[in-house]
Amino acid sequence: GINAEYGTPPHLTSTLNKQPNRFIMSIMEYNGGAVVAMVGKGCVAIASDKRYGVQAQTVGFDFEKVFRIQERTFVGLTGLATDVQTMASKLEFRTKLYELREERQMTPKVLAHLLSQLLYEKRFGPYFTEPVVAGLDGKGEPYICAMDLIGAQELAKDFVVTGTCTENLFGMCESLWRPDLEEDELFEIVSQCLLASVDRDATSGWGAVVHIINADGVRTRHLKTRQD
Amino acid sequence: MSGPYSYSLTTFAPSGKLIQLEHALKAVQAGATALAVRAKSGVVLATEKKLPALAIPASYQKISVITDHIGVVYAGMGPDSRVLVKRGRKIAQQYKRTYGEDIPVKMLVRELASVMQEFTQSGGVRPFGVALLVAGVDADGEPALYQVDPSGSYWAWKASAIGKGMLNAQAFLEKRFKANDELEDAINMAILTLQETFEGAMTEDNIEIGIVSDVDQKFRVLTPAEIKDYLDEIA
Repeated sequence: GINAEYGTPPHLTSTLNKQPNRFIMSIMEYNGGAVVAMVGKGCVAIASDKRYGVQAQTVGFDFEKVFRIQERTFVGLTGLATDVQTMASKLEFRTKLYELREERQMTPKVLAHLLSQLLYEKRFGPYFTEPVVAGLDGKGEPYICAMDLIGAQELAKDFVVTGTCTENLFGMCESLWRPDLEEDELFEIVSQCLLASVDRDATSGWGAVVHIINADGVRTRHLKTRQD
Repeated sequence: MSGPYSYSLTTFAPSGKLIQLEHALKAVQAGATALAVRAKSGVVLATEKKLPALAIPASYQKISVITDHIGVVYAGMGPDSRVLVKRGRKIAQQYKRTYGEDIPVKMLVRELASVMQEFTQSGGVRPFGVALLVAGVDADGEPALYQVDPSGSYWAWKASAIGKGMLNAQAFLEKRFKANDELEDAINMAILTLQETFEGAMTEDNIEIGIVSDVDQKFRVLTPAEIKDYLDEIA
């Protein structure tokens, strides 16, 4: 289970009652994971790893962290796995009701705003997840944004990243991304960014899934990666 | 709530009607005429504003702004309409806080209608003694006009009238209404329709006009000076 000393550096923790082969992690690193979203020409890409781990141990490799919330809008969530699942479920609930009441799809911008509200509601006892929204609005314009665990939005025109290897992801994306990428190029680049980043992160990886969203639909591809 | 007023005042009569609602409609029908016309590029709300000679016209407003892009006029009990306007304003802002977008007219109407319906099925309250005409232009540029009744029923209209002169006004509108009129024509039509049921001389101080156009999606109430211009044109 989660150690009460999570987040405390090892040299400040008690040396008594310590179980062997156990290491302390912050709550945001307990399960691990990575998500990246990128803007291309008339399209967006969103990708995640598929690892489900409990600290150092991997217990699953089909835990995708990207959810199709609307026709052309995806949300990727990293952080504590239970909160990833709960937030995805809450979003589905809200968007389905919205669709029924308003008789229209929720645009990515509105979804992001709603998500921000949902997170901020729990300002003093937050959901431990940092989501990323990626989609195309009604006019086919790409939209991506990232958020911290209490809903602070970061809009971007190029790419957004979240998870346990954001430093790696930022470095890779900054180097490889350029504007107006065509779909095939975008797929290559987002895949390379994700793979190279998670390969250097112990708690991310074990497979990856990439979604490319354009005006005609969504193409989903699963990547074969190092299984470690 | 308990005691003698814990039962609902709106209980079914054997005929299947809610007598309180029938009475509420009478209150609406006793109110000064209000009407609305939807044009291709916007909506007009218009109403008589008959005041005693010593009253100050500017202090009494029948047409209210609910949000930047939605306005409302009522027929019936003014104080009841104020409650609904206040509720409608809050609903619209809460929507904006949640979704970051302006509330679509249809959604606001639905919520207001839902509020009015609550008051027909709760203990110790009476239905609202107003019918509302809600006008607005959505973000996609579509003009929308809805009527909401004390029962909570609502319909979308191309043109409608409520209050004292509604029958005459509706007959007039049915004959004269043209679907693709521009907003300017609709304003003239609204004024002419008001004149049909108006007793005495119409001036810029005894009628009120509100418009919303798809150009800027801003609902506003016309100033007496602007109304005077329209009246002069028609005269």
